[in-house]
Amino acid sequence: MGGKHYLPLTDQDRKEMLATIGVKSVEDLFSDIPQQVRLQREMDLPPALAESEVLKHLNSLAAKNKHFNNCVSFMGAGVYDHFIPSLIKHITGRSEFYTCYTPYQPEISQGILQAIFEYQTMICQLTGMDVANASMYDGGTAVAEGAIMGCGATRRSKALVSSSVSPFYRQVLKNYFNSRGLDLEEIPLKDGHTDLDELEKKLGDDVASVILQQPNFFGLIEEMDGVADLVHNHKAVLVVSADPLSLPLLSAPAGYGADIVVGEGQALGVPASFGGPLLGIMAARSKFVRQLPGRIAGETVDSEENRGYVLTLQTREQHIRREKAASNICSNQALVALGASVYLAAMGPQGMREVAEQCLQKAAYARESITALEGYESVFPGAPFKEFAVTVPGNPAELNKKLLEKNVLGGVDLNPFYPELKNTMLFAVTEKRTREEIDTLVRELEGWK
Amino acid sequence: MRKSKALIFEMSRSGRRGYSLPSCDVPEKLVDELLPRKMQRSEPLELPELSEVDIIRHFTELSTRNFGVDTGFYPLGSCTMKYNPKVNEDAAVLPGFALMHPCQPLETVQGALELLYNMERGLKELTAMDRFTMQPAAGAHGELTGLMIIQAYHRHRGDHKRNKVLIPLSAHGTNPATVSMAGYEVVQVPCDDRGLVDLEALKEAVDDTTAALMLTNPSTLGLFEEEIIPMAKAVHEAGGLLYYDGANLNAIMGYARPGDMGFDVVHLNIHKTLSTPHGGGGPGGGPVGVKERLIPFLPVPLVDKKGDEYSFDYDLPNSIGKVHSFYGNFGVAVKAYTYMRMMGAEGLKQASTDAVINANYLMSLLKKIYHVPYDRICKHEFVVSAKPEKKKGAGAGDIAKALLDRNFHPPTVYFPLIVEEALMIEPTDTEAKETIDAFATVMEQISKDIDEDAEKVAHGPYNTVVGRLDEVRAARSPVLRWEKDKD
Repeated sequence: MGGKHYLPLTDQDRKEMLATIGVKSVEDLFSDIPQQVRLQREMDLPPALAESEVLKHLNSLAAKNKHFNNCVSFMGAGVYDHFIPSLIKHITGRSEFYTCYTPYQPEISQGILQAIFEYQTMICQLTGMDVANASMYDGGTAVAEGAIMGCGATRRSKALVSSSVSPFYRQVLKNYFNSRGLDLEEIPLKDGHTDLDELEKKLGDDVASVILQQPNFFGLIEEMDGVADLVHNHKAVLVVSADPLSLPLLSAPAGYGADIVVGEGQALGVPASFGGPLLGIMAARSKFVRQLPGRIAGETVDSEENRGYVLTLQTREQHIRREKAASNICSNQALVALGASVYLAAMGPQGMREVAEQCLQKAAYARESITALEGYESVFPGAPFKEFAVTVPGNPAELNKKLLEKNVLGGVDLNPFYPELKNTMLFAVTEKRTREEIDTLVRELEGWK
Repeated sequence: MRKSKALIFEMSRSGRRGYSLPSCDVPEKLVDELLPRKMQRSEPLELPELSEVDIIRHFTELSTRNFGVDTGFYPLGSCTMKYNPKVNEDAAVLPGFALMHPCQPLETVQGALELLYNMERGLKELTAMDRFTMQPAAGAHGELTGLMIIQAYHRHRGDHKRNKVLIPLSAHGTNPATVSMAGYEVVQVPCDDRGLVDLEALKEAVDDTTAALMLTNPSTLGLFEEEIIPMAKAVHEAGGLLYYDGANLNAIMGYARPGDMGFDVVHLNIHKTLSTPHGGGGPGGGPVGVKERLIPFLPVPLVDKKGDEYSFDYDLPNSIGKVHSFYGNFGVAVKAYTYMRMMGAEGLKQASTDAVINANYLMSLLKKIYHVPYDRICKHEFVVSAKPEKKKGAGAGDIAKALLDRNFHPPTVYFPLIVEEALMIEPTDTEAKETIDAFATVMEQISKDIDEDAEKVAHGPYNTVVGRLDEVRAARSPVLRWEKDKD
């Protein structure tokens, strides 16, 4: 019963092994734990279940949740219901990949190392950056680490972050900066975009990093013309958080002068999983490579000049550099990055362009249809990529409740993050949404009072 | 049999594709109407172009050039590479877990919250802590979260002079870097000749600038810190807190709990102790638990239960804030929860028992052949020093390569730093006696090979898909991405 079958030792094995060790009982092996700290009872945990029972239990928990298979989702804000091609799970489900550790022994880890090298290359191809790492935990931690990289590179201790950067990321950033004793200031909004005049005013020679998001949290495209020049004139570093799925359509961040590109990679075929595991993207220009946190795979050769891959530039990392390391990150999201590589390879340049264009078209159609309704208004001017903010005639939570009756997961209420935005929701429309699904949403909104 | 594998970019043929989208069914506009031209991408997008079967074969071949726990014995010290039960994987991909949005209304996520709530209850009992957050996505992330909580606690009390964190030499590898991330200074504490933290040195080191002691217990030497009670007392009396690095918790489940030892904050590596796979580097999970007085500083939100309803509690005015965009690696928590439910209290304790039997048994076999610098009862792992072998011409790293040729994953090498030519060996609870016997036999053979021809051993491996890779060259002239023009 239970998971004892994961433990191959038999009672006879244990007896023989204790004899070889030269102790009388198992107890002798734990005699170094002082009695005062020994647990003198059995742990109070629910009884062990057999595999059939555990599946029943987990299925019953899962059945209590709504999800993308039994609802139509218009939720975004950094995590999206994009279509996930079948081949991804068959690759990430290869147990040679998912049951291995960080590839410390390269000669028997060429599979994952080459996959990481390919992932790094594809992230560079999307962003225009020179170098990418093997992944960060998520978009939020990638933003925080990107901002800290800027501090390391400039030896300054202040960052400016736009209020149009995801509030989920800003909360993490704020916490990382607060802990480390670094200063963080927010650049206010102007019509849902970064107020560039305010950026210019705040930008002094004490600023290390300026963090913007493209498309921003409201799904709007930020004006990037001249921003990099402004930032670079003060010898600061421009960190851009980008949705990788927007990049087939939008200028590559390298093109408008970004120094470091971070972001959330969930859109690249990663299941939403209630917000994790996600995929933190981290890429930079080559001059920042020594400040780059985390694992990096590099190409080399063996003694017979066969090409192979290793983890490299490890003098940046925690296990070598100890307290002088660029970051403490050790475990990352490697398997998620592998899945993202498979997604990018499956889509290719053409498929990526099509996904991005369908997001653009469908979001535009949905916004136009919704804002044509009485009581629904577009909040900000400008082009949305795949999500947009609208004011609704009432309480968003109540609206979502009504939508749920039709198995629709509505928009995200913006009020908790932007108190000035009342009765305002963020709707996301991915390539997966059909016209019929969008029309259903519109109909339900129209009928809501 | 040695050969390089083509990169996916080298297999690309213009016009191939691995997925076809349905056509767009909404009225379309010109892209230029929706998106100002100057914001559109002008750079070419150079992703590879392959058919679905090309992609599957490419990655399948890559997978055959890789070694996982499912391939064979993986005694990588302090990483607890135990078997990853398959039912865990099946549970995590249920649509009711894997396809949920983090912003869904609470009434639509009750099952997920119930799972997190149950999981927290289990972790509390396992560690004797009072509350947990699941947000940290990895062990090192948990360490950072824990130090942030400790920092917030001291700051809240107006105690601003505590700027140092004590770390023993036998601590887990990420600890010093974590301390710097949190803006603290590292103070190293030496070990005594038993391999345990030097209690007198610790007492000397603590003062009113001590924020915390970070301790891995058992340590990376696989030794239980027998003097944990006086150690905890010394730190607490100086006003500092105790942080428990849970990397090695697999040694003591059901036997002893960090909370009972005096620890104030703990992180667990659920990808180690609780059997979730490591995925070639991640995702893992590093839940952090705290004692009562630190609960106000935990990241938001916490999971609460009122009656039969579960909810998120954001009402923690002194919270450090957030360390993850949402709730951490939820999918990994599903796997760990599945494992805990399969094992129960007795099963988890038996896992620790077997992990400790396996380690002591393997140590007793290997100490006939190799030097074991701390020759005493160990917990889940132990450390061998290949210093004598190194003198003969083949050290710890070479022994590791020789193991690759015999289809074993090597132990952790050159760590912990206090042992020269260290091989840190952790057989885990999920290995059979025959496997351990076979490993010991191979280690004995390698020892003989070194006696006969150390030079040969120093140039291995010989049977792998590539030979020993030139890591120096990789670092000196870094090639970190494929480039089209280079071909």
